[in-house]
Amino acid sequence: MIDLVREIAAGLFLFAGAFFLLAGAIGMNRMPDLFTRMHAASVGDTLGVSLMLIGMVFLAGFTLVTVKLVFLLAFLLFMGPVASHALAAAALQAGVKPLLASERTKKPSGKRKPSSVKGSGKP
Amino acid sequence: MLRTASLALALFAFWLLLSGHYTVWLVISGLVISILLALAGRKLGFADEEGHPIDRLFSGLIYWPWLAREIVKSSISVTRIILDPKLPISPQLFHTKVSARTSIGVATYANSITLTPGTITVGVDREHDRFLVHALTKAGADDVEAGDMDRRVRRFEGRAE
Amino acid sequence: MIAAALLAVLVAMALVVVRALRGPTTFDRLLAANSIGNLAIVVLALFGFLTERPEFLDLGLTYALLNYVGIFAVLKFFRHGSLGAEAEADKP
Repeated sequence: MIDLVREIAAGLFLFAGAFFLLAGAIGMNRMPDLFTRMHAASVGDTLGVSLMLIGMVFLAGFTLVTVKLVFLLAFLLFMGPVASHALAAAALQAGVKPLLASERTKKPSGKRKPSSVKGSGKP
Repeated sequence: MLRTASLALALFAFWLLLSGHYTVWLVISGLVISILLALAGRKLGFADEEGHPIDRLFSGLIYWPWLAREIVKSSISVTRIILDPKLPISPQLFHTKVSARTSIGVATYANSITLTPGTITVGVDREHDRFLVHALTKAGADDVEAGDMDRRVRRFEGRAE
Repeated sequence: MIAAALLAVLVAMALVVVRALRGPTTFDRLLAANSIGNLAIVVLALFGFLTERPEFLDLGLTYALLNYVGIFAVLKFFRHGSLGAEAEADKP
């Protein structure tokens, strides 16, 4: 009985994690410039990976494997944002102009043609 | 001293976790190496308040569940934007005020902003106490500006106000 | 169940590889490389569960450590033009 509950919980977490990973991957292809792509990637890299690992914790039960999974999760959550921040800072310093919605237009199109004065995402 | 001991304990736990073999020789050598490394850390400067902030663990236990809920909420909203055929984004780049003073508070706040999908800390300016933040939508930018996370980080770093 | 999850992760990985190949700037490719690293960790862990050999988790841990070291090395190179002493100068 308890095994069945554990399997179902693991399945739910794995399914949700797969959904967010796929959403992040699709977003990385749909978004118009580097910084917006980073937002899409962070969906998969934080929530997607976390839900996957939590699902595997349910699968493993209470063993050394669980402790390793939790450690891996903590490591990813502490180091992920540092890498993202370094990437964003380096890109900005290298002259990648972020695509910005201007304040005046209430409904930004989000297409390749930005209404911004700062130019497109290409350096 | 207490901090060095807790660092040694953490290193020893890491050794036990990765080794997986619990013979007398391996456990004792792990213990010796952990203690030596923690003592070296006092000289090299990673066994201090910034390198091993173990005293923030309990306020972390209050802060992290709230952060996890925020991550889930903003992930769902960003996913909704990604799967929307019109792609309704309005990217913003703006400065936000930081009231955290310790290095741990500033690092935690910057990482928390980056960790929640939809906002990224692009630059940290400690002289003017502000971050340069990139947000995917106007709503996300307003959420950061509202300063709820800022207040919680201040509580996390242990300055009651 | 595990096999289905593994398949989904591989599909996501393929999409990220498309971005790595398309991405106009170096930083797009680097972002994709970081994502591929994270997905590879999940793949390794899932494969360990699929074949019931949890040793694969150790590979995942090592991969996570190496992934971040690699990303920072490349970033530092693009930011300062070298990996060496010159980059130390801007530290406070």
